[in-house]
Amino acid sequence: MASNHLTSESKQLATWYFTFAAIIFGAQLLFGLVAAIQYVMPGFLFEIIDFSIARILHINALVVWMVFAMFGAVYWLLPDETGIETVGIKIGKLLFWIFAAAIVVVVLVYLLVQVGPADATTIWFITEGREYIEAPRWADWGIVVVALGFVANLFLTGIKGKQTGIITVLMADMIAFAGLYLAGMFFTDNIAVDQFWWWWVIHLWVEATWEVYVGALAAYGLITMIGASRKTVEMWLWIEVAMLFGSGILGLGHHYFWIGTPEYWWEIGALFSALEPLPLVAMFVHVLYDWGKECGVEKGRGEVHQIRNKPAFAWFVMNAFGNFLGAGVWGFFHTLPQINLYTHGSQWTSSHGHLAFFGAYATILIGMMYLAVQGTNGIKLMKNTLSSILAITFITAGVVGMTVALLIAGFGQVLISRAQMGATWAAYFDGQSGMWFSQAMDWRLIMGAVTFIGFVFLIKDFLTTGKDARHER
Amino acid sequence: MANRSVWSDNRFWQRSAAWVTGVASILLIWLTFDTSAQISMGNDEDLQKGVTKRIPGPTVINYKITYEMDAKRGHEVPVIGEKEKFFGRDDYSEEEAGALLHLGKLGSQAKNCMDCHTLLGNGAYYAPDLTKAWLDPAWGPEGSMQAMTGKNTKEEAMAEFLQHPSQYPTHARMMPNLGITAEEAKGLVTFLKHMSSIDTNGFPRNFGKIQGAIHGK
Repeated sequence: MASNHLTSESKQLATWYFTFAAIIFGAQLLFGLVAAIQYVMPGFLFEIIDFSIARILHINALVVWMVFAMFGAVYWLLPDETGIETVGIKIGKLLFWIFAAAIVVVVLVYLLVQVGPADATTIWFITEGREYIEAPRWADWGIVVVALGFVANLFLTGIKGKQTGIITVLMADMIAFAGLYLAGMFFTDNIAVDQFWWWWVIHLWVEATWEVYVGALAAYGLITMIGASRKTVEMWLWIEVAMLFGSGILGLGHHYFWIGTPEYWWEIGALFSALEPLPLVAMFVHVLYDWGKECGVEKGRGEVHQIRNKPAFAWFVMNAFGNFLGAGVWGFFHTLPQINLYTHGSQWTSSHGHLAFFGAYATILIGMMYLAVQGTNGIKLMKNTLSSILAITFITAGVVGMTVALLIAGFGQVLISRAQMGATWAAYFDGQSGMWFSQAMDWRLIMGAVTFIGFVFLIKDFLTTGKDARHER
Repeated sequence: MANRSVWSDNRFWQRSAAWVTGVASILLIWLTFDTSAQISMGNDEDLQKGVTKRIPGPTVINYKITYEMDAKRGHEVPVIGEKEKFFGRDDYSEEEAGALLHLGKLGSQAKNCMDCHTLLGNGAYYAPDLTKAWLDPAWGPEGSMQAMTGKNTKEEAMAEFLQHPSQYPTHARMMPNLGITAEEAKGLVTFLKHMSSIDTNGFPRNFGKIQGAIHGK
């Protein structure tokens, strides 16, 4: 995406991050399809790329492309917010290549080596075998170094330039984001202690620091795309930070119901995680309210309301809906211990996971990529194209379809395997063989393919829309 | 602005965000200290004296474990009973049992177990939950797995299965061969037996208690 329209080196670096993120996003979808096929045809790639390997790649690619796009989005907005070029951009570029190279090596080892003997060398060089953060220990240290470099650039730029509310929130949030990764970097024989700290990384990322990050991005997007008032937007942002951290930090307790931890987590986890949807409602209202307000203000002045980047804004609005529904409503479904006792570790979680990661994160990060496409091509007013409309339609329909299919599968599984038969090995397979379950898995595969078609349109649009004559330059 | 309200003041909300985050973090850290003490692993002395720990010591493999309804707590809890032979012995020392558990926990990560199975309910949903797998009737004397693997004890049947999983399919969806050695298999079975003794607040509910309900009995 090299271009002479970008004068800021920070924005150029952002486009590298976005490009790599888009490639890994494609890999995520491909390995998701492999895993989805295996549910329908268990012999598919058996003992070649087993489900475990396909799933590791599916969920690790998810985390990696999102982290890349998150770093990229910060490098993109830094010059706009602070008014200066990012400090330490050369180190930033070097760290990008280190990060990307490390990811490629980790992926090749996952694919080609897969498992190792039960000793420390496997943990250091092949896999740590802990869901989402399987990356071997050497890569953990690499990630820590890269994240520290990124945080340093953000801090130095924020201190030297104009420190807006958005930048202040990002500085506080990103240091917590990077620091929390350390909680996942040790080995213990005690599986309860292992999972206790593992959730510090997973939960405090996706249900706290990442959500605050999304709040900051939404604020930036509203200012840049529809010219919302900074004061209003930043006030919303601070309210969201209070609500997100106020509910999300102790909401961690909803992962501590059944892993050997004391009973008091039932009450704490239930109460605070039940509050977690509230800030997501607030964020939803915030985006739509500000949009409506700006429309009204411009209409009052006799101007035509303009959205400076229609495809990006569509994805930001999708984020408002998706975050509320996927993270908020779908999460609330099974967050109370009375329900979670039966749904914990079933396809319910998978249903929630698909809609939440898509709705809360994929949407807004794709929106940021569209902002980069606009900037790279020197476009003032960016319009939708047929491909951009097909992309958002197919991807959204596909993910919602997968979510509904997995929820139906989850219902079947929970009723048969858990409620009726008591969760044994035999109960598990009776549940998996049920008609509700197996037909839902067929639909999940079909909807996964629909998502992938949308992804193809998205990439086509990223590559071609810049030259389209309909945009105003 | 003449009638400036605190409710539309950014500084007020910024400070509120800082205070709320700070208080929530401090509460979490305080609870973490309490929980960490409660989930630290017990030792052999606890087991001999009958002291109940949420996470018993590794020598729990010397004992029989069952999963029984606790009327006071309103859900099932693991109960550690009399001595029971495990791979022919019931006198593993703390060091021996600890080494086996260490090997098994490492193995559970090195073989990516939780990317198909769930452990304590966390992981992937492509294969059965292993939280109480040790107590699964399928591996007991009444179950099919001992006959299938040609072994006379639960632990030997499990170890045999883990070494050659695709020889003993239980469903069209099979476990792949992961190159698990005999010693690693012993460690993994130790890990599973130990995990079944963890007090999980009654998860999973009714484990192994209902048979045939699906068929309308």
